[in-house]
Amino acid sequence: MSDKEVDDISGTETTGHEWDGIKELNTPMPRWWLWTFYGCIIWAIGYAIAYPAIPLVNGATKGLLGYSSRANLDAELVAAKAGQASYLARIDAMDVADIVKDEELARFARAGGSSAFKVYCSQCHGSGASGAAGYPNLNDDEWIWGGTPEAIYTTIAHGVRYDADFDTRFNEMPRFGADQILERDQIRAIANYVAELSGGEADPALIAEGETLFADNCTSCHAEGGVGDPELGGPAINNGIWLYGDGTVETIIAQINEPEHGVMPAWREKLGDATVKQLAVYVHGLGGGQ
Amino acid sequence: MSTDAPHITPNAVHEFDVDAVNKAGTRQPLYAKRRKIFPKRASGNFRKFKWLVMAITLTIYYVTPWLRWDRGPYAPDQLVLIDLENRRFYFAFIEIWPQEFYYVAGMLVMAGIGLFLITSTVGRAWCGYACPQTVWVDLFLVVERAIEGDRNARIKLDAAAWTPSKLFKRVSKHAIWLLIGVLTGGAWIFYFADAATLAQDFFTLKAPLVAYATVAILTATTYTFGGLMREQVCTYMCPWPRIQAVMLDENSLTVTYNDWRGEPRSKHAKRLASEGKVAGDCVDCNACVAVCPMGIDIRDGQQLECITCALCIDACDNVMDKLGKERGLISYATLNDYNTNMGIATGAASGEATIDPTRVRDSRTGRLLDSLRHTNWRSVIRPRTLVYFFGWAAIGLAMLTVLALRSPLDLNVLHDRNPLYVLLSDGGIRNGYDVKILNMTPQPREVTLTMQGLDGAAMSLAGSTQLATDQLVFEVEPDRVLPVRLYIRVHPDDLSEGRTEFSLVATSDDGNVRAEAHVNFEAPR
Repeated sequence: MSDKEVDDISGTETTGHEWDGIKELNTPMPRWWLWTFYGCIIWAIGYAIAYPAIPLVNGATKGLLGYSSRANLDAELVAAKAGQASYLARIDAMDVADIVKDEELARFARAGGSSAFKVYCSQCHGSGASGAAGYPNLNDDEWIWGGTPEAIYTTIAHGVRYDADFDTRFNEMPRFGADQILERDQIRAIANYVAELSGGEADPALIAEGETLFADNCTSCHAEGGVGDPELGGPAINNGIWLYGDGTVETIIAQINEPEHGVMPAWREKLGDATVKQLAVYVHGLGGGQ
Repeated sequence: MSTDAPHITPNAVHEFDVDAVNKAGTRQPLYAKRRKIFPKRASGNFRKFKWLVMAITLTIYYVTPWLRWDRGPYAPDQLVLIDLENRRFYFAFIEIWPQEFYYVAGMLVMAGIGLFLITSTVGRAWCGYACPQTVWVDLFLVVERAIEGDRNARIKLDAAAWTPSKLFKRVSKHAIWLLIGVLTGGAWIFYFADAATLAQDFFTLKAPLVAYATVAILTATTYTFGGLMREQVCTYMCPWPRIQAVMLDENSLTVTYNDWRGEPRSKHAKRLASEGKVAGDCVDCNACVAVCPMGIDIRDGQQLECITCALCIDACDNVMDKLGKERGLISYATLNDYNTNMGIATGAASGEATIDPTRVRDSRTGRLLDSLRHTNWRSVIRPRTLVYFFGWAAIGLAMLTVLALRSPLDLNVLHDRNPLYVLLSDGGIRNGYDVKILNMTPQPREVTLTMQGLDGAAMSLAGSTQLATDQLVFEVEPDRVLPVRLYIRVHPDDLSEGRTEFSLVATSDDGNVRAEAHVNFEAPR
């Protein structure tokens, strides 16, 4: 091929490419650029030898320097664990109530509790701890088993109605209707009284009878006036917070007739005492702690 | 073009007009060896201007970190400080927080538009005068000249055999270059920490590793780029010449060889005159080439390599002075000026293309005609430069306005989404908020937080035994953010809708600064 084109003005050969009448000159690159390019190639070869580079069937070449991002992560995790060790030792040694009072330790415990909550508790109580039907909302200020740091700790550590734990929280409401302890009309009267007690709609004609029946059958757990008894795990029923149903007479009847009961596992065996304490501090700090 | 019709040689062998692609005689070197450049010292107005720019820019660069600015006991007293550790940028009375990075973005946009403005008016002035590469190359050349002498001496030294004297000169030159490199890298780190403390730590080997690494890298780049590579950086590494070149138009001032008065150039003007021929003003002395730090010949026209430093103008003006001719054979001119004068010199109207020096000269005195077009500085004012200027000024004014109006107290409020609200046993509804109080002053402040537009509401702090109240008082440390977890409770009787908009207001103790955040209170409908 002899169709070499030389630019008139510069006297330089062109590449033959043309855009809108502008032709590209085939100007030689500086030699140092070539050496830089060679240098990069040599660097790349050295890099490929020194670091993991070439993918093989089972993993990649290891590299002479022994670099591994997984080993780096392990080292970081070990360092992070070591950094947490002193806090965790203090948490182990202290009571939950004292941890809550220690501002620095409480902040650490709250952070640890928050992440543990996301893993172990959010399935039932929700990631924001706002609960669901049958699963208590942990943000509010009503506590079936008490809202002090110690009470929350005990509940998490031993669970609720969890047979495998000897110290578990246990309290079951009798099946007043299903076991024919009370008549249907009596249950309806009690339900109307409870609806009235909690600020809901009730039939005024039934309230007086319901009050008497309530005093005879229910106050041992729910206390007089339905304020509840955290010692026994008797929920307060004098407010608008309901674990089952929505506080209408019908849903209250259903619960008296054949009560539903929640079960929570005991966590101390599984998570260890320090994590349970952190969870207790976190839950206590959600805004309803006592 | 290869011919398709082979002609027949006497021996009846077909002979083709064809060249092998790799024929030695036609092969171009793929990679060119660098040609050494020995710029001669220039003197004149532009050279003086360049000295001035160099003095100012280098002084600003080296001195700035050492200037102090009193911000009181809680903040650093360095005029310009980029405090990466605490994520603050101090510039005199301005203190920029990370979320105010738009100031930096605005300054970058201003720098970009400013470059458009400068380039469209006076060409590649940035390259020729203010670019750090130009400034430091100039500085390195000063050292080189001081040790090795000017152009001819340097050429001779370069070609000479290695003697102790040459070795001494070369070693001392590179040693001083390296020293300049160290000082350059050294000055840079002082922008990022308290200069005096860092300087002390640096020499007692107590400074952080990144400081030493930065100095090492900047020393290496300064020495390599400014001392060794010089024009190679501008020609092959820098993207600006490509970009800047397309921002020039026919009204931009560029360094121009006025061939309409210079051509035909001749070293032997007198002999030509005796032969009855007319020569141009250029005596082909190559002074313009000798002083060029880029090693180009401006008489070849505008070139990518030209950084418009105008040293060739100085060199040529000196020659013109000696010859008793008018200055400006090489000058700053616009393409319009050039084309007009070229038209006069060639008589373009009559279709001639060669330059006739007599057309631009008075036949009696030999002086250049007054009718020639001279550079008019007002030509830089045109719609394009006005757009650039007003765009540039508008951003600057907008930033100044925002800066003047910004409150040194800020309030960021994030409403809880999970849960949106919590029903309490007394029937109340509680919302949670993550509040951040930003005290952007170097003094501690007492900040009062109140609510507006939410009747019957009470605030309380998470984890606090303090009872619910309608206002809270916080001590905020100087130049710090105070994060607060805030609960607000309202009885549903006080709420008319599911969502109520209200304001959280932060007020400083002296009542002078105030920040407001508009937030929602959520409740079941």
